[in-house]
Amino acid sequence: MSAVTADRTSEQARDLAGVALSQLDDLESEAIHIFREVVGELERPVLLFSGGKDSIVMLHLAVKAFWPAPVPFPLLHVDTGHNFPEVLAHRDATAERLGLRLLVASVQDAIDAGKLRERPDGTRNPLQTVPLLEAIEEGRFDAVFGGGRRDEEKARAKERVFSLRDEFGAWDPRRQRPELWGLYNGRHRPGEHVRVFPLSNWTEMDVWLYIEREGIDLPSIYYAHERDVFSRDGMWLTAGDWGGPKPHETVERRQVRYRTVGDMSCTGAVDSDAATVADVIAEVAGSRLTERGATRADDRMSEAAMEDRKREGYF
Amino acid sequence: MGTTTTAPLRTGSAQESVQAGAARARDLLRLATAGSVDDGKSTLVGRLLHDTKSVLADQLAAVERVSAERGLAAADLALLTDGLRAEREQGITIDVAYRYFATDRRAFVLADTPGHVQYTRNMVTGASTAQLAVVLLDARKGVLEQTRRHVSVAALLRVPHVVLAVNKMDLVGYDEATFRTHAGAFAELATGLGVEDVTAIPLSALAGDNVVERSAAMPWYDGPTLLEHLEAVPVERDPRTEPLRFPVQVVIRPQTPDFPDYRGYAGRIEQGGVAVGDTVVVQPAGRTTTVVGIDTADGPLDAAWAPRSVTLRLADDIDISRGDLLADATRPATVTQDLSGTVCWLGDTPAAPRQRVLVRTGTRTVRAMIRSLDEGLDVTTLERHPAPTSFALNDIGRLTLRLAEPVAVDEYATLRHGGAFLLVDEADGMTLAAGMVGDPLAGGCPGGRPSA
Repeated sequence: MSAVTADRTSEQARDLAGVALSQLDDLESEAIHIFREVVGELERPVLLFSGGKDSIVMLHLAVKAFWPAPVPFPLLHVDTGHNFPEVLAHRDATAERLGLRLLVASVQDAIDAGKLRERPDGTRNPLQTVPLLEAIEEGRFDAVFGGGRRDEEKARAKERVFSLRDEFGAWDPRRQRPELWGLYNGRHRPGEHVRVFPLSNWTEMDVWLYIEREGIDLPSIYYAHERDVFSRDGMWLTAGDWGGPKPHETVERRQVRYRTVGDMSCTGAVDSDAATVADVIAEVAGSRLTERGATRADDRMSEAAMEDRKREGYF
Repeated sequence: MGTTTTAPLRTGSAQESVQAGAARARDLLRLATAGSVDDGKSTLVGRLLHDTKSVLADQLAAVERVSAERGLAAADLALLTDGLRAEREQGITIDVAYRYFATDRRAFVLADTPGHVQYTRNMVTGASTAQLAVVLLDARKGVLEQTRRHVSVAALLRVPHVVLAVNKMDLVGYDEATFRTHAGAFAELATGLGVEDVTAIPLSALAGDNVVERSAAMPWYDGPTLLEHLEAVPVERDPRTEPLRFPVQVVIRPQTPDFPDYRGYAGRIEQGGVAVGDTVVVQPAGRTTTVVGIDTADGPLDAAWAPRSVTLRLADDIDISRGDLLADATRPATVTQDLSGTVCWLGDTPAAPRQRVLVRTGTRTVRAMIRSLDEGLDVTTLERHPAPTSFALNDIGRLTLRLAEPVAVDEYATLRHGGAFLLVDEADGMTLAAGMVGDPLAGGCPGGRPSA
């Protein structure tokens, strides 16, 4: 019976050419559907926009979802104070080009106000949760779009597209709603909100293939460039005001690129000569490490580092 | 063996890592796996991920480290699919997890549904979006109670393709007759339940036989390996044979200098297709109009098919908003305020007659009351029990709802998206039930007679 199945399927595949969607079209269509569901069902959405590749792709999809109308929600960035200047410039230029309001919640302000204390290791990534939750509360946002992908990390593999957060912004994996047929349920009680992940089913490779297909402009640090870096925990960290290098760490000039972009204190660069999107796609296809495994100190803290941060209200 | 199944980790797989060039042209298949821990499901999923090179060195290193900490002799591929701290601590899986792997020809989204706790809820969730379900069976045991449950849920959710993975063939000496017996019994069961396409594959997830690489131990089998089959099955039913179902999500009205009078209806084509010039009916109201434009941000289309997201422009300026359905005027959906359907109860508190709920179908949400619980369905024995007093978590049964306003729906057995609905708790918003209009297993239920 198997041989019969194979014959029939190849016939159907030929026949469906021009009708069936490619993988990227399928993922794009799903993400657009998610954006429209949120705008249809919820009152005050906001899109988390860091200027990193996933949030740029997410915003690109939002533009497509509502075209020819403008994107009907503002952008929110949690600025750790240790962000890459190239990325902040890209963030501001993108918001201006699209005519969108950009809200910035600042970790530095929260530290200055005494709401947060600097960690001994200098990493500010885990400190983003408090300013994020305050910004959500102040803006009375009931839906928060995030660029998280399920392929990134194993706690994220269990995440819903519509993820319910309680009044403390906390994620309880046991209270998540079953998600069926793409009938997303965003109903919630006052004070609660939903995090929404339109890129849930995308992989790192899909994001890059889509960037290539759509000709999406990214901050320059995603491509190979010369940079002063030093080695810490097996990663190349960029030298700068945020607190590196320490006296025993030596700075050298290398050709690197960033696979992920977060706080400078915990985001490592990789040795790379990938100067174009096509080069990056070839590099990702050949990579033997996950993007977070290769470049994120924050996920290396413990087996459940991401799960714990998510429970507290992290992205 | 349970979740501590171990597997040798080979590095010289025939399946090379995905070529970037081919990846640009591939399509996407969504699948769900069903099986109990004893069937070796986690090992099979781990094997698929590993042998398609979807597991990278740092993930493998973490699995090897944890396996060593637990005193295991070899890396436990099942650990690749454990997500949460509670799961690792208790050695269980509490929720559906989504896994991603890809070959040159196709990308896969795999809903990995755990076998024991809240089994039905999880499998219903995973199967609802799946185009294919892999049901595992232990070659030493054959078709068991749980196999019936797995295939019944797949059949109930109308997953078009079901693959029977006859696992642990290594433990029955790779015996052809054993495989044929199980495959025959399963095919009879699945076909009787109305599954459209059944394929059986003999394999060993532990040894890697016929998962990705062809097995030398089973020369009598000339069919595809599991991965070859996953790469070959058609992704979608042909949408050209199905009537249009287009739930309106939002109305696009830019009111900008460039588009002062633009009005478009944004949504995803859930079933069928639409072409410029088609006559569509706005449901439930019933007015008809003509499609004059199919817009996307990349330019207009002459025609589009499910599951593409588009924006439709219509000839007449009629009142249309979120919650309305644009349907093929010659084959419209049924407009009704009385909904009879089959539900899987997902709420912690049981269902009861006269309970007030919200019904969500397409983009429409209406208030409703459960008028009666009509029949309980035991998906293991396929027996039907008349007039149950309540439905508890994981129960499946038929009920009748009276709606405060009409909805436009289809029989789930005919059109999956047109006939799917949710019941939602109005107070806290929790999803109470997954519903399917009609009786998707009717006529294909050898174990019991629908009662009056």
